[in-house]
Amino acid sequence: MTRRTMKVGMLARVEGEGGMHVEVRDGRVEQVRLNIFEPPRFFEALLRGRDHSEAPDITARICGICPVAYQMSACLAMEDTFGIEVPEPIRLMRRLLYCGEWIESHALHVFFLHAPDFLGFDGGIEMAREHRGVVEAALRIKHAGNQLMSVVGGRSVHPVNVKVGGFHRMPTMVELTGIRPELVAARHDLLDLVPLLAGFDFPDLEQPHMYFSLGAEHGYPLESGSLVTSAGLHAPVSSFGEHVVEEHVEHSNALHARFDGANYVVGPLARYSLHSGSLSSLAAEVARAAGLGPTCRNPFRSILVRTVELVYALDEAVRIIDEWDGGPASVPVDVRAGVGHGATEAPRGLLYHRYRIDDDGSILDAWIVPPTSQNQPSVEEDLRLFVQDRLDLPQEELTLQCETAIRNYDPCISCATHFLDLTVHHR
Amino acid sequence: MAAHPKLAVWKFASCDGCQLSLLNCEQELLAVADAVEIAYFPEATSAEVEGPYDLSLVEGSITTAHDAQRIQHVREVSKNLITIGACATSGGIQALRNFADVEEFTSVVYAHPDYISTLDRSTPIAAHVTVDFQLRGCPIDRGQLLEVVAAYVQGRQPRIPTYSVCVECKRRGTVCVAVAHGTPCLGPVTQAGCGALCPSFHRGCYGCFGPQDSPNTQSLAARLIADGMSDLDVQRFFRTFNAGSEAFRAESQRHDPGPDEGDAV
Repeated sequence: MTRRTMKVGMLARVEGEGGMHVEVRDGRVEQVRLNIFEPPRFFEALLRGRDHSEAPDITARICGICPVAYQMSACLAMEDTFGIEVPEPIRLMRRLLYCGEWIESHALHVFFLHAPDFLGFDGGIEMAREHRGVVEAALRIKHAGNQLMSVVGGRSVHPVNVKVGGFHRMPTMVELTGIRPELVAARHDLLDLVPLLAGFDFPDLEQPHMYFSLGAEHGYPLESGSLVTSAGLHAPVSSFGEHVVEEHVEHSNALHARFDGANYVVGPLARYSLHSGSLSSLAAEVARAAGLGPTCRNPFRSILVRTVELVYALDEAVRIIDEWDGGPASVPVDVRAGVGHGATEAPRGLLYHRYRIDDDGSILDAWIVPPTSQNQPSVEEDLRLFVQDRLDLPQEELTLQCETAIRNYDPCISCATHFLDLTVHHR
Repeated sequence: MAAHPKLAVWKFASCDGCQLSLLNCEQELLAVADAVEIAYFPEATSAEVEGPYDLSLVEGSITTAHDAQRIQHVREVSKNLITIGACATSGGIQALRNFADVEEFTSVVYAHPDYISTLDRSTPIAAHVTVDFQLRGCPIDRGQLLEVVAAYVQGRQPRIPTYSVCVECKRRGTVCVAVAHGTPCLGPVTQAGCGALCPSFHRGCYGCFGPQDSPNTQSLAARLIADGMSDLDVQRFFRTFNAGSEAFRAESQRHDPGPDEGDAV
């Protein structure tokens, strides 16, 4: 009997703290585990008894990388509870703020966390020693996203301007047009970098999983939409809990989410494969130039899909600014008891919130399902498929490729931890 | 300090937002990387240079027995240890458990509470080891972070004001939202650093940077109640991201709602 173990104690270039454990016995992959040792923070428990109006700012603190996603899903869920549908200008301003988060988060992942794997560097800062121009351009793109978030939200980490019912204050036309040139310049920078990314050597891997995202009712899915899957389902957000069941799998310490009994994937690959027809013409052109078809099932190519989404977010931000015609900052919120659902597309995939609200407006209970916990079973399944076909690779190379395979998903362990059923693995 | 001081970034219970603030220094990041050796920063690089480190930035609070040991190690290998953000400095939003029963909290979130290893309190880094400087904020401010790193590279004390948000509002020329509109605002008791962001968005300060150096929370709370806030609302107001800081904790405990008010009406 031969045994082989690949272990990474601490995964680098992911958000939060996790490790990986792959065990091979007699030529068969026996166990694949993403270990989560990020300590739990109990958000769903501490939200109980808080006022509904506090949920956007409190849940933002689940993740410093995608706070807007938490704020938006929380707002939609509260508004759903109270029977509010915000007017079009508020929806558009939310979409604009969300574009900023996609730009900032995708630029960080594409150029600083993921590209170093393909170019053979430890990280973006090391990459700058040989590719200074590339890293400087990437930093300018990221800066444009953060600036957009600062203009609309006040700051890029935990923006202050979002509230249930809309915004505290609409940005002025002067503020909006002020950010436009930087967005256009970032789009130029990005187009110049596409050939480099498209030229990476992508390992072969075909994902069998179902794809799940919001629908494209208002363009490529972002701040709103119903539920759509590659199995042909179209359903309202309120039916999320009827389809998604989190079950405890014996070999794993995490709750594994399944959609109607199947493994599934949320995030860029799912959004792109379900909705590539809703991209802007420039984003679609970039997708073709990068060699992507109408769908993409190779998780290693997710870096290209994120790049296409980056182009789209920059395009969409410029479009919203150009067409901006003003509007009220918020609508009044009349509190009533009930249950509300909200789902938006975080950079890493669909983020669902559900709250039960008392008649005084306080939260009775909360259920939050972040993208990384939904993807975790598929990440492990990908690793299993991937390793099985590459057992002849030297240990170091295989371990590195496994790490890359995990980073394909841009996992946000800080997000996932508070919801996963985990053991704390002491290193 | 050596020509290229070694910088390490450590994470405990947190959202990653404060260490992200370092990567968000887009226009200065490469200059920082030229001035210091980024020796340990797992969120950004797989490279790892052995300690000791000249400057450690610590994000997050202590919530597990394992982390309570790990912070001792961080202190041992760090010449200077700086906490970054509300979690590391006051225990963060997760310190709301300090006012509750953590076992009950665990059973609400997790199906198998017996798998969860957690302490019943979330505590700041300074409750465990000596801290050389505490940088406030939820999240920290990029400009303040650069000032602190620059100060330690240059061997001087960081220039970080400890006065209130009100001073920043006046300097910005923002109309006082509390006086002009009766909007509840923690600005008078909260430390500056954010640039008085919320009032510039017509919103009251909600205390991200924690208590200023001489906070008169009782006087502010009296004003909030006179303006129509209930004790429950005042308690919630002081009990967010810096709920574990002494001044905000003490004020929040002065407003324990009665059994009638705490329950749904």
